[in-house]
Amino acid sequence: MSISPTLSGTTTAQPKQADLRTEFGLTDPEAARIRALLDREPNPLEWAMFGAMWSEHCAYKHSKRLLRTLPTTGARVAVGPGENAGAVDLGDGLLCVFKVESHNHPSAVEPFQGAATGVGGILRDVFAMGARPVAVLDALFFGDPATARTRGYVRGVVGGIGSYGNCVGIPHPGGHVTFEPCYDGNPLVNAMCVGIAERSSLRRADTARPGSAVYLVGSDTGRDGIAGASLLASAEFTGDAGDAKGGAPGVDPTASKRPSVQVGSPFLEKLLLEATLELVASDAVEAVQDLGAAGLTCAASEVAAKSRAGMRLDVALVPRRATGMAPFEVMLSESQERMLVIARPGRESDVERVFARWELHGTRIGEMTADDALEIRDGERLLASLPPRALADEAPEYDVTQWAAPPNGAGRVEGGPPSREEWPDGRDAADVDGPTSEMAPDRGNAARAALDLAAAAAPRQKVGHALLELLASPAVASRAVLYRTYDQMVGTDTVDGPGGDAAVLRLKGRADGIAISIDAQPRVAALDPFVGAASAVAEAARNLVCAGAEPLAITDCLNLGNPERPAGAWHLERTVAGIRAACEALALPVVSGNVSLYNATRGVDIWPTATIGAVGHLRDVASRIPVTTGEEGDLVLLAGSADARLGASAYEALHGAHRGPVAIDLGLEARLQRFVLAAHERGAIRAAHDRAEGGLAVALAELALRDGMGMQVTLPPVRGGTIAKLFGEGPGGIVLVVPPDREAALRACAADHGVELWTLGAIGGDILEIVPVLAMPIDALRRAYEGGLAAALGRQA
Amino acid sequence: MKVAILLYPGTWSERDFAHAFGLLGIEHEIVWHADADLHGFDAAIVPGGFSYGDHLRAGAIAKLSPATRELRRAAADGMPILGSCNGFQILCEAGLLPGALVRNTHLEFRCDWVRMRVESEETPFTRGLGGELLRMPIAHGEGCWVADEDTLLRVESSGQVALRYVDERGTATPEANPNGSTANIAGLRNEAGNVLGLMPHPERCVEDLLGGTDGRRMLEGLGARTVIPA
Repeated sequence: MSISPTLSGTTTAQPKQADLRTEFGLTDPEAARIRALLDREPNPLEWAMFGAMWSEHCAYKHSKRLLRTLPTTGARVAVGPGENAGAVDLGDGLLCVFKVESHNHPSAVEPFQGAATGVGGILRDVFAMGARPVAVLDALFFGDPATARTRGYVRGVVGGIGSYGNCVGIPHPGGHVTFEPCYDGNPLVNAMCVGIAERSSLRRADTARPGSAVYLVGSDTGRDGIAGASLLASAEFTGDAGDAKGGAPGVDPTASKRPSVQVGSPFLEKLLLEATLELVASDAVEAVQDLGAAGLTCAASEVAAKSRAGMRLDVALVPRRATGMAPFEVMLSESQERMLVIARPGRESDVERVFARWELHGTRIGEMTADDALEIRDGERLLASLPPRALADEAPEYDVTQWAAPPNGAGRVEGGPPSREEWPDGRDAADVDGPTSEMAPDRGNAARAALDLAAAAAPRQKVGHALLELLASPAVASRAVLYRTYDQMVGTDTVDGPGGDAAVLRLKGRADGIAISIDAQPRVAALDPFVGAASAVAEAARNLVCAGAEPLAITDCLNLGNPERPAGAWHLERTVAGIRAACEALALPVVSGNVSLYNATRGVDIWPTATIGAVGHLRDVASRIPVTTGEEGDLVLLAGSADARLGASAYEALHGAHRGPVAIDLGLEARLQRFVLAAHERGAIRAAHDRAEGGLAVALAELALRDGMGMQVTLPPVRGGTIAKLFGEGPGGIVLVVPPDREAALRACAADHGVELWTLGAIGGDILEIVPVLAMPIDALRRAYEGGLAAALGRQA
Repeated sequence: MKVAILLYPGTWSERDFAHAFGLLGIEHEIVWHADADLHGFDAAIVPGGFSYGDHLRAGAIAKLSPATRELRRAAADGMPILGSCNGFQILCEAGLLPGALVRNTHLEFRCDWVRMRVESEETPFTRGLGGELLRMPIAHGEGCWVADEDTLLRVESSGQVALRYVDERGTATPEANPNGSTANIAGLRNEAGNVLGLMPHPERCVEDLLGGTDGRRMLEGLGARTVIPA
């Protein structure tokens, strides 16, 4: 085989022969493996291609073995992991295509463009499958909202997501936001896209055939994001993080990485979306693959490897937006808004006509071949010839369990003051002593205002102060101040947008619909990554159930630290084990996902953070469980478990404590969710809301805030202190609102499912009264809840 | 009655309008801007979106489309034309409506439900709705209508202000104004009354399932015309 030994192009862009291997992040054994696979020394371009494809980001070297243990099959699974996105069958010829993906490191370096291109990437994953995107949700994790640095990240990330999604015209009907100091220097941006495809329109990357023409369409290729996969996403940020408490985001070690970040054009994305769907609808294409990490190298080798074919590309034909680009740069550029389109033989002119109509630059750059080779040429000159499967599938897999070990004192978290005992059970809240009277002075204006207001109330309302403080806290407060900058309704499918437990979308022309949720439990996972990950799966499914939807499948995004260290390896292993356990208990397959490792700054890992996106099916959207308080006289009940603990709660977080143990009863969770769906089927449920951050008291308050109606309830008569019963957290709890004449049916259904029920009280009035410890006007709750986040971020509401 | 729904590169409300007209039983067709020929249509919609990515200014590039010439001709012929959101911006850029739409004064994109009072019945879309309060969604970053003093005086005195942001009592307060628009102006008509531009999205509220049906009242005005003998 004759391979040109040199790279053509500028010398600056040319990797030096001596450190080729390390330049692209390959270890000595990996380099040896590559030489063995090829039975020769790769040339510099080939090293670069392997470096990108065998990066953690593209090859999942440290996670693949573990991810393989997740359940991925089921009666409703249409496409499992490995494709651009997963898909479930909604029946009657429709599929729901979805995936969640991280864009953490780019967002840390340049928050606006990093987050914007994260949305762009996940949209392309979904429409490359032939599905029209119908929703984007996000899970965002920021540091302390009181710092200028975090505020800059929030402004940039939320601005970037909004600018991209709004312009493309995809609604954003929900999301998740966490604020915890562990994300101070390493915010997480996880974006999930959900699309709908006709079964007949589904396109996969594994259906290209030898002889078919290969087109590159969309943006011209530039020098942006060269080798982002290996340089940015597969290593830790090092060096001094600068002023941790202030300064604009990015004025720190990340600044030198900025040339590796891409800039997005949502307008071009919109044109690509429409053109792709038109091509798919007219059946003019065999396969479609988006260009993301590792750019053309990854897209070409994935299509060729999956289709068990070869591909020949001529880099000289790739349209450039910069002059003098070397082939190496063309092959590794991560310029956004590009797709690889494999035309059906004989349909090339149709493909070109669609590109032209949408004013897109689409160029034929090569063809599929019958060889087992991805050939890169520059005109006549052969630059590289590599087996696609060696690039795409043969990267080593590391067994992290070999060196996984829990961090010292696992189950404890450094930094917090010694844990306090739970408060003794006190029927009279006035006797309750402690944090409510010594609240930190700097919790934001809304919380202070809420306190002033509460202070004017009766002295027995100390507990009420705590509830207001919690409602105004960044962990609980309404996200409307962020979400109102996203278009939630474009597409006219959004039935329930942000603010409910799950987003609900109708399917035009049909009675059924889908529910979508996205959740994470980093505060629990920090104490026990298994319980944290399992709790995130349980919560995502529970949120669908609270809308009356049957959970179908999940997508997962694992954000973790450095897997090469024992603690990082242990976090990864326990996180996957937790997802697996919950998926098995709840009969939920994982159909797609993404892993983001090396989330650490200056050697300190983030808390293990498993973001879980879940999709459920509603047989009849009109008879979902609506986002309502209920009606006067309706009964309020707690179903499932009354066992809620303060240790890892938002309440304790406000007071600086964070401690285990944390636990989840997955059997109970499964019974609870089946029970609620069965009871809803029998028309017994008017409203539902799960007990989550802030515990039962916050769940009741949020329920009351939906329609601005009050309720009078008591706490469940179980063991435990009043404060733990009010603000303790734990999975397995759903508050139900039930018409009085349906209570008997509900109880019978609960008994059938082995689920405990406690009647707490009834809906009515304009006060949330938890007898005898708390009585708070709805207006006061609303001021705290709605003004809390703006105040915490130092903004005008 | 057959309605043309214009489609520019970057438009995203065309399918929502098509769905809405489908529910209302009004014949409609999505028309690619470059091929726009409004002969044979009885009304035209310039929908929302980010035509040409809002590059330069919202609507600034779309106004250079061949569709603009066709819209001018049809408007002069008295064809009912409705521009919503980016469509309103395009109509202002094209000079079919006075003034300009600039960045919201709070500098944020805003998606929400707003209330408007119908100030002028002299359009095919607001006939019979004078003084009514309508509740509709908005989703825009550049919906603040501005004009020089003379233009403002003229539109106010000639009844060209068609819709004004108000609170639930029907009062035009600063709090009810979602984007800082001059005089709480949410929608304008041309002097003849056949062209209406508004920032809110009537196509998003024609079904109870989606939270409101006031858009139906505005859009079915077109269908009603077919019932009235010419």
